[in-house]
Amino acid sequence: MTATPLHRQLGLTDDEFGHIPTLIGRAPTDPELVMFSLMWSEHCSYKHSRRLLRRFPTEGPHVLQGPGENAGAVDVGDGWAIALKIESHNHPSAVEPFEGAATGVGGIVRDILALGARPIALLDSLRFGSLESAHSRHLFTRAVAGIGHYGNCIGVPTVGGEVSFDDRYEDSCLVNAMCIGLVRADGILRAAAFGEGNLLVLIGNRTGRDGIGGASVLASAELSADDDDKRPSVQVSDPFTERKLMDCCLELAAQDAFLALQDLGAAGLTSAASEMAAKGGVGLEIDLDQIPLREGGMAPAEILVSESQERMLGLVAPEKLEHVLASCARWELDANVIGTVTTTGNFTARHHGEIVVDIPASALTDDAPAYDVPRTPAPAPTPLALDQVPTPADLGAAWRTLLARPNIASKRWIYQQYDHLVGANTIRRPGGDAAVVRIPGMNRALAITTDCAERHCELDPRGGGRASVFEAARNIACTGALPLAASDCLNFANPEKASTGWRLAEAIEGMSEALEAIGVPVVSGNVSLYNESPERAIYPTPVVGMIGLLEDAGTSVGHAFGAEGDRVVLLGAGIARLDASEWVGEALGAPALPDLEREAALIALLVAAASDGLLGSAHDVSGGGIAVTLAESALAGDVGCVVRLPDDRRADEVLFGESGERVVVTCRPELLDRLTTLAGDVPVAAIGRVGGDTVDVHVGNALIRLDLEIARVAYEATLPEALA
Amino acid sequence: MVTVVRFPGSLDHESAVRAVRAAGGDAVYAWHADHELPAGTRAVIIPGGFSYGDHLRPGAIASRSPIMDAVRRHAEAGGLLLGICNGFQVLCEAGLLPGVLRTNATTSFVCRQVELEVVDHDTPFTRELGTTLSIPVKNHDGAWFGDPDTTRIVLSYGPENPLGSVASAAGIANARGNILGLMPHPEEAVDRLLGSTDGLGLITPLVHA
Repeated sequence: MTATPLHRQLGLTDDEFGHIPTLIGRAPTDPELVMFSLMWSEHCSYKHSRRLLRRFPTEGPHVLQGPGENAGAVDVGDGWAIALKIESHNHPSAVEPFEGAATGVGGIVRDILALGARPIALLDSLRFGSLESAHSRHLFTRAVAGIGHYGNCIGVPTVGGEVSFDDRYEDSCLVNAMCIGLVRADGILRAAAFGEGNLLVLIGNRTGRDGIGGASVLASAELSADDDDKRPSVQVSDPFTERKLMDCCLELAAQDAFLALQDLGAAGLTSAASEMAAKGGVGLEIDLDQIPLREGGMAPAEILVSESQERMLGLVAPEKLEHVLASCARWELDANVIGTVTTTGNFTARHHGEIVVDIPASALTDDAPAYDVPRTPAPAPTPLALDQVPTPADLGAAWRTLLARPNIASKRWIYQQYDHLVGANTIRRPGGDAAVVRIPGMNRALAITTDCAERHCELDPRGGGRASVFEAARNIACTGALPLAASDCLNFANPEKASTGWRLAEAIEGMSEALEAIGVPVVSGNVSLYNESPERAIYPTPVVGMIGLLEDAGTSVGHAFGAEGDRVVLLGAGIARLDASEWVGEALGAPALPDLEREAALIALLVAAASDGLLGSAHDVSGGGIAVTLAESALAGDVGCVVRLPDDRRADEVLFGESGERVVVTCRPELLDRLTTLAGDVPVAAIGRVGGDTVDVHVGNALIRLDLEIARVAYEATLPEALA
Repeated sequence: MVTVVRFPGSLDHESAVRAVRAAGGDAVYAWHADHELPAGTRAVIIPGGFSYGDHLRPGAIASRSPIMDAVRRHAEAGGLLLGICNGFQVLCEAGLLPGVLRTNATTSFVCRQVELEVVDHDTPFTRELGTTLSIPVKNHDGAWFGDPDTTRIVLSYGPENPLGSVASAAGIANARGNILGLMPHPEEAVDRLLGSTDGLGLITPLVHA
């Protein structure tokens, strides 16, 4: 029997392996081969998605940093910028949910930190298998604990996010973490090395064997039964060190002590240093003996690709070295000069005085392979046959059932475990459409959300891509904020399968169309592929992280009904349908393709109406339809409403049907005319009034009533009971 | 002038400084490795956070850091000393307040708004306060455990006891009343924009000390 060649064990194809000598002029040494295998993995090189990602709109007048750095950044006025990025930590979380989720938070925080930005908010977008499954309950409970543990200890508030549960995520859960940071617009650090003789300083944790090949190898192959072998390659979290690293690096960045800053993530030092060198068009010579190790006997390749957490790499001018080392000592952090900038363009590494790596840095990064994904369109979905959906005998009972579904029910059990207040800037706490966070030191605020319409994406990835963007934008606009920038996390199955390749391309197309319609650029993002097992693949899940800007932090709008007597108004032309709805509970039917112009007009109307002070509340109609929207606004405001829906179709479709392009707002009666005038072509339907302690909805001749106290129990009890 | 002590892993020190300023005062930091409080210190806040990563026990390592000798002398001389959340844990670990903070009854981190009753108005911190306060709480180990008969309980949770404290205690003082420790965060309730200004009343006495 012939042993599998090393390059195949490392995940390189024969063609990829064969290409290496043409780039470096000889066969690679073993450490070099390991470096190539990681840098050319899907996780580091985006080889199956890179070409498709060019479709995203990435430019705008306020963009200060687009894709290509550790995070993107946009101008928010008065000399300040906001950095943002969302990233997946799916495969590590599926193997060890607590540490996987925790280190996912740590990694995204360091991406923001690498711009010299102070992290001010975190969000998490989660997808797990059904809560009926003990395995999924375990993964979910531990992932939430891991996210909380890390975010709470580093003092960055976890202000929002979303979660849904579906069998399709039973084998491949998704843990996407988003971080927002604040940085002076003229102080944004980049990861490009420059200046011969400048010094590379490694700051933070010692380097160990943990996480070797972790993100890179795990994130680039399907998980299967032998996952236990991969457990040692999941990284271990140390949030206390992360907090010191944040404090120390921000202090040094404010003193202009760094010429460049880079975090060590997937593929560790290999990725961090080769990107710095390639971006700057310079070489780096690294002495592996200067790297403090956690354990003895580590081979050069292990040191080079270790994914030990809580490490940053700073580029420092020789005359500032003493100051940098003193600051690190004050924060009780290890800091060591591990290398220097050269003019060779090569990534050179010495170990015990011997050169073990000497290759052009760009061979690892710019010369990584890029593939077109095979694409086979799925057949067009067929509309849901309503006669296949039984009409509930008791619509009130159906409504309560829907409120208690895990995908609809209150997420308080989750967000109460997250410190969502630390920093004292959280204006709108979790539970609404988007979190609202004051920008520290300013009177402006940010609205922040993550969203994805994965069932819609399964049936029609282009429409679902649009729907995901518009849902995020509506959630931002419901607070009154103007959508400003997006970061995307594309979670898909194996792209080498033609059906998935097509879905990936279509979703990117739909997202791009919607982003262009509302003038929102993508400034950063991440791709997570191979989220499938032999039994099942995930839904296409392109998560959209979005931020919006409120010029006056005091004018944000919440989703809670306010004063009795306020008019309840339905904005937008969306038509409720049970296709892909939560009520049907499966990806069935053919949801309508979101209309680009009308969605954009609705979003613009919400921003304008909030700015004019017309809105008492605003709440997007999404999962569960208008019945859930009304119930949530009533529960949040602790006051009911009486509503008549002018729609003579089946009551369950009218109540529980879903669509984009609908928002329920409230306004004082005397402001309704102004709202109608402002709306222009956007449909405005005054459907009822706020008041009472029930939500009464008239559909046709029927009155469906929800008692608020009973509804609250149904809405609040599900997660605590399922996860007790 | 109010001094806010900063340890590695302190998280709420900036909020504490902002709260002091909102109450009309000024604040400076003291570093954990220092041996003296800054000249002109009239009152001290030990802020919330995860000092030393909660290693060993929450507050245990911070309570033995060099600055704590100076904090102890300040309190022994009658100076006002407020420990918030991790700061409360530090004061208990330092023996400046009785009892300990145990893991919450939920065995999880709890972040939420809580209602407090002021049950002892006879301390420098509480003389001017009303009867109830709405303030956020956020911690993993916030259930006070001690002897309620010999402890001066100043603030209590009510009607709910969300963390499972003995006697629903949310804040306790030393016998003299110049040291107060509490788990809820008054420094995060000083701004109407964020939902409540009920915390200002607990910060203001420090400014006037």
